[in-house]
Amino acid sequence: MPAWAVGPLVLILCALIGIFIGSASYTAYYGEGASYLSNDPRSCVNCHIMREQYDSWQKASHHAFAVCNDCHSPDDFLGKWLTKAENGFRHSKGFTLQDFHEPIMIRPKNFEILNRSCLKCHDALTNEIRHTSELGFMNCVRCHRNVGHGATK
Amino acid sequence: MPTSKYRWALYVATAVVTATLTFLVLALLTNIFERKEEAKQQSFKLTDLDENTVDPAEWGKNFPRQYDSYRRTVDVKRTRHGGSEAFQKLDEEPVWRELFKGYAFGVDYREERGHAYMLSDQDMTERVKKFSQPGACLHCHASVIPAYKDAGRKSGIPDGETQAQIMKGFSLVCAMPYAEARKLVSHPVACIDCHDSKTMKLRVTRPGFLNGIRDLANSDEELSHLPSITRWREEGKRGEYDVNKVASRQEMRSFVCGQCHVEYYFRGPEKYLTYPWKNGIGAEKIENYYDKAGFKDWLHAVSGAPLLKAQHPEFEMWSKGIHARSGVSCADCHMPYQREGAVKISNHHVRSPLLNIAQSCQTCHRYPEDEIRARAESIQDRTKSLKIRAELAVLGLIQAIKKVKTAGIAEDQLAAARDFHRKAQWRLDFVAAENSMGFHAPGEALRILAEAIDFARQGELEAEKLMKK
Repeated sequence: MPAWAVGPLVLILCALIGIFIGSASYTAYYGEGASYLSNDPRSCVNCHIMREQYDSWQKASHHAFAVCNDCHSPDDFLGKWLTKAENGFRHSKGFTLQDFHEPIMIRPKNFEILNRSCLKCHDALTNEIRHTSELGFMNCVRCHRNVGHGATK
Repeated sequence: MPTSKYRWALYVATAVVTATLTFLVLALLTNIFERKEEAKQQSFKLTDLDENTVDPAEWGKNFPRQYDSYRRTVDVKRTRHGGSEAFQKLDEEPVWRELFKGYAFGVDYREERGHAYMLSDQDMTERVKKFSQPGACLHCHASVIPAYKDAGRKSGIPDGETQAQIMKGFSLVCAMPYAEARKLVSHPVACIDCHDSKTMKLRVTRPGFLNGIRDLANSDEELSHLPSITRWREEGKRGEYDVNKVASRQEMRSFVCGQCHVEYYFRGPEKYLTYPWKNGIGAEKIENYYDKAGFKDWLHAVSGAPLLKAQHPEFEMWSKGIHARSGVSCADCHMPYQREGAVKISNHHVRSPLLNIAQSCQTCHRYPEDEIRARAESIQDRTKSLKIRAELAVLGLIQAIKKVKTAGIAEDQLAAARDFHRKAQWRLDFVAAENSMGFHAPGEALRILAEAIDFARQGELEAEKLMKK
C-alpha cells in the first residue's frame, strides 16, 4: 500500500465505525434502551407483549409493594443482571422475529426465581410451614396465584 | 505493525464487519419503528361507512385485519362433539328421528356451519324447503336491520324515528312468508349487526334481543353476572332498561352474541319473534313461561304430547356457568384477542375455543394445551353419556304411551303421561340443542338432564299404571 493512502483510509474507517456507533446508539435511544436498566415496570410494556401482565399486576394486592424485578429477578447483583440480560435478550429476539408461543408463559428457570423471591419478604413468616414441592423448591404461587397478577380481563 | 499487504486486508475486513453491523442495527431500528407505528395507528379510513353499509367487504377496507378473520368463518372443521361441518344429526343419532316425530326437525337436523353460511344453510334446509316458515327466521340468519328500517318507513313511520321504523319493520317482516322476506336481505351476519358504523362501538341491533333483555331485566332471575342489570335494579328500575346505553363493554361482548344464540319462539299468528325471558332464563323458568302462554311447537306424532323445541340456548346456559360468574364473556373465548405485530385485535373467526386453546384458554389457564383439552372433553363426555341416557328414557316414555294407545285405553287418561313427556323432552333438548355439550355450565347441564330422565321415567310409570287398570 502506498504510504500516502494510509492516513485517508484510516480516516474513512474511523468515519465508518463512527457511523455504526452513531446508528447503534440512536437505535438504543429510539428503542428506549436505557429504560431497561431501570426498575420501572413501565419499561416491561415498551414492546406491548406484556400489557396484560402489566395491567393485571396493577390489579393485584402486591402492586403497592413489589415491582416486576422484585419478584422476577434475584436480589444479588450478578444474579439480577444476568437474569435481566438473558430474559431481555430472549424477549427482544422473540418480538423482533415474532416467533414465540402466545400467550407467553414463564420458563421453569424463571419460575424458580419467582418462587424464591417470595422469601425476600416472607421468609420468617413461612419458616415453620415451608416444604419443597416436586419441582425442588417451594411452589408458593401454586396457591397464591393472584397476589402478583390479578384479573387478566 | 502488519505488513502493507495484511494492513489492506485488515482495513477491508474492518469495513465489511462495520458495514454488516450497521446494516443489522438499521434493520433493527426499522423494525422497532414499524412496531411503534403499528401501535399508534390501527386503522385507516379508506371508505365512509354508514348505517346502510351492510356489505362486510366495504367495512373490510377500513378494517382489513378483522375482515380477514371474519372471512375465515367459511372454514369447516369437526370437533369431538360438534364443530362446523353440516353432518346430518338424524343419521348420527337416529333416536332423534323418533323424538322429533311429526316435526320439521325430524326431517332435517343438520349441524350448523360457520357464520358465513347462516343464510345459505337456511336456504338449503328441508325445514324451510318442505315446511312453510315465516320471515321471522331472517332475524338471525341475515343482516336484516336495513330491511326492517325500509319496511318501517314504507308503513308510514317518519324518517326521524329510526328505532321505531326498525321495530315496526321487524313486526311486519316477521309475519311475511319466508320466501317473500328472503328477497329483502342478501348477507349473513355482518359488521353492522354488532358495531356502530361511526364509532365501531359494540351495540345490539336485534329487536328480539332488545325486547328480551328488557323483559329479563324486569324478571326476578338472579343475574349477578350482568352488572348493568344488577345496578339498574338496585337503583330502583328507573325508566326502561336500555341495554345500548347502560351495559358495560365487557357485557356487550356477550350481548352481541346473545342477540341470536338464545331460546326463542314465534308468538301468535303474527309470528312475532320473542325471547321467553319474562320469568327468567333458567330452563324451568322458560318452561313456566311457555306453560302459562299455552304454547307448543308441535304435537308429537306418536305420544300426542304438546312438545316444546329448544332452539340453541347458549346465552342462557352460559349465564348459569362458572365462566359467566367470573366475568368471562362469549368473545373472550370464541373471539379471543390476538396480536399481530404490536396491534391487538379480537379474532373475528368465531369458532370453538377447542380449535384455538392457546389464545382462548391459556390466557387465564396456564396449563399445557393437552391438559386443558382433556378437562374440557371430560366435561363434555360426562354430559354426553347422561344425554344418551336421557334420550333413551324419553324414547322409553314414548313407547310406553304408544302401548297404552294401542291397547285402546281412552286418550283423555293420557294427560299426565303426556305432560311428563313435555317436561322431559324440553329438558333433554335444552341440553342437546345447546352448542357446548354441557361445557357452558357443566353442573346445570347435568342437573337438567337428570330431571329429564326422572320426568321420563315418572311418565313411564303413569303409562304403566294405565295398563294395569
